[in-house]
Amino acid sequence: MADSIYREIILDHYRNPRNRGMLDPHDYSAEDVNPLCGDEIRIDVRATDGKVDEIKFSGRGCAVSQASASILTEMVEGMTIDEVKALTKDDLLEEIGIPVSPARMKCALLSLKVLKSGIYGIPQDDEL
Amino acid sequence: MSTTTDRPTTSLDAEAIRAEFPILNQQDDARPRLAFLDSAASSQKPAAVIEALSNYYEHYNANIHRGVYHLSEMATSKYEEARHLVASFIGAASPREVIFVRNTTEAINLVAQSWGRANIVAGDLILVSLMEHHSNLVPWHLLAAATGARIKGIPLTADLQIDMPAYDELLKEEPKLVAVTHVSNSIGTINDVKSITAKAHAAGAIVLVDGAQSAPHLPLDVQNIGCDFLAFSGHKMLGPMGSGALYGKRSLLDAMPPYMGGGGMIKKVRIDSSTYQDGPARFEAGTPAVGDAIGLGAAVEYLNRIGMDAVREHERELLLYAMGRLDEVAGLIQYGARDASVRSGVISFTLSDIHAHDVAAILDSDNVAVRAGHHCNQPLMDHLGIVSTTRASFYVYNTPQDVDQLVEALNKANKIFEIA
Repeated sequence: MADSIYREIILDHYRNPRNRGMLDPHDYSAEDVNPLCGDEIRIDVRATDGKVDEIKFSGRGCAVSQASASILTEMVEGMTIDEVKALTKDDLLEEIGIPVSPARMKCALLSLKVLKSGIYGIPQDDEL
Repeated sequence: MSTTTDRPTTSLDAEAIRAEFPILNQQDDARPRLAFLDSAASSQKPAAVIEALSNYYEHYNANIHRGVYHLSEMATSKYEEARHLVASFIGAASPREVIFVRNTTEAINLVAQSWGRANIVAGDLILVSLMEHHSNLVPWHLLAAATGARIKGIPLTADLQIDMPAYDELLKEEPKLVAVTHVSNSIGTINDVKSITAKAHAAGAIVLVDGAQSAPHLPLDVQNIGCDFLAFSGHKMLGPMGSGALYGKRSLLDAMPPYMGGGGMIKKVRIDSSTYQDGPARFEAGTPAVGDAIGLGAAVEYLNRIGMDAVREHERELLLYAMGRLDEVAGLIQYGARDASVRSGVISFTLSDIHAHDVAAILDSDNVAVRAGHHCNQPLMDHLGIVSTTRASFYVYNTPQDVDQLVEALNKANKIFEIA
């Protein structure tokens, strides 16, 4: 049943998000919207020696989109940029640990899409 | 004296009506009884309409108007009979005033591109309201971009009805066109389109009424309303997807240039020029959705058997019951006027800070079908200062049990998110 997605992990991360906020300056940043239900996510990353030093997410939307962003930032802390680039949808879904129905996939994966956009985008030079 | 929270016996035997809708009677052991509360998006179909459609394809399908053989004559006759039925349903003076289109959106685009391009010039003013569906906004944006016309929004009162004094002020600017919805698809406000039309005409403006949410739910009489154009969808009134109609006063339609060109709408065609049909045929280029129009005719007959006054009364009673029951749900805010006489059976609400999408997903797990989002009403959502609502909408097959199921599921959502 669809309500199974609202188990502890989603509600916990929705109510007590990890790494909520913005980073200024940052090395990588991107934002995106899920037009279907109005989810918005922005992710900022600061990297040192090719490793994720600090990561923050901000935005608003349904519990699945916001919780998955929180879960993702926890996963990614301390990873190398290459490891982040290698992250797959399945990695995130496995970390969420609950079956995500097709209707909620876009919500669950929005944060990963945003993170990848930021990482693959042009890194911001914070020493202009 | 019964209160609004007593379970009513409504004017319609909605359970008997529900039994005539195959999709509402499917047995699925894995899911509870379906409470379908999204008719504002699209209605379910009674067996009579489904049979009319399959009957068409099984027994007399053929292209229309030009065939000389029996099948084609039958198809043509049934198609035109459907046009008659639709014309009577809305009180049109003649079937000549009904053009079959795919949906309300196409009807409005037809007016914008045909009447609009021929009559609107740079600087002209088009009035719309703040509660319009995107389909009664975007066609005017496209027209304005092409012609240099201006668009202004009629403000709303605190209880989300059209602000008539503000409307009177805007009419002083001599708009060419007033395009308003008869019934809001998100907050259910019923606008006094008769007054709105009279005032617009006094100011010299043409009036288009978006009837997508009124044709299915209210008795309609375009003679009484007086509007110049009325657009509506068949699929929201028990008809097939792909059916819909544009009503236009004959004098206007006869003066309008074609919108889509091709076979079926021509008189004579040379290599470099053509002349066009009179009447609705001018605006029905190419092979029409004949079966869908016939299905719409069957839907009209079904609604006529129930009677539109009874339909309206049934929904009004359900609305009253629902508003009362929803008041009992912790953290729930309903949007729209509380006076049922200016409300159709559409309720938008928010539930504390739970995202509408999450509400809808939890409701779905109890097989309660609602819609979540901006409902193609972004200007209205902006005006209300919210991003999205959850919307429940009623029709002939809904019962108080559907409302109870909705409320139970909302209480469950509150529990999951630890609101109550």
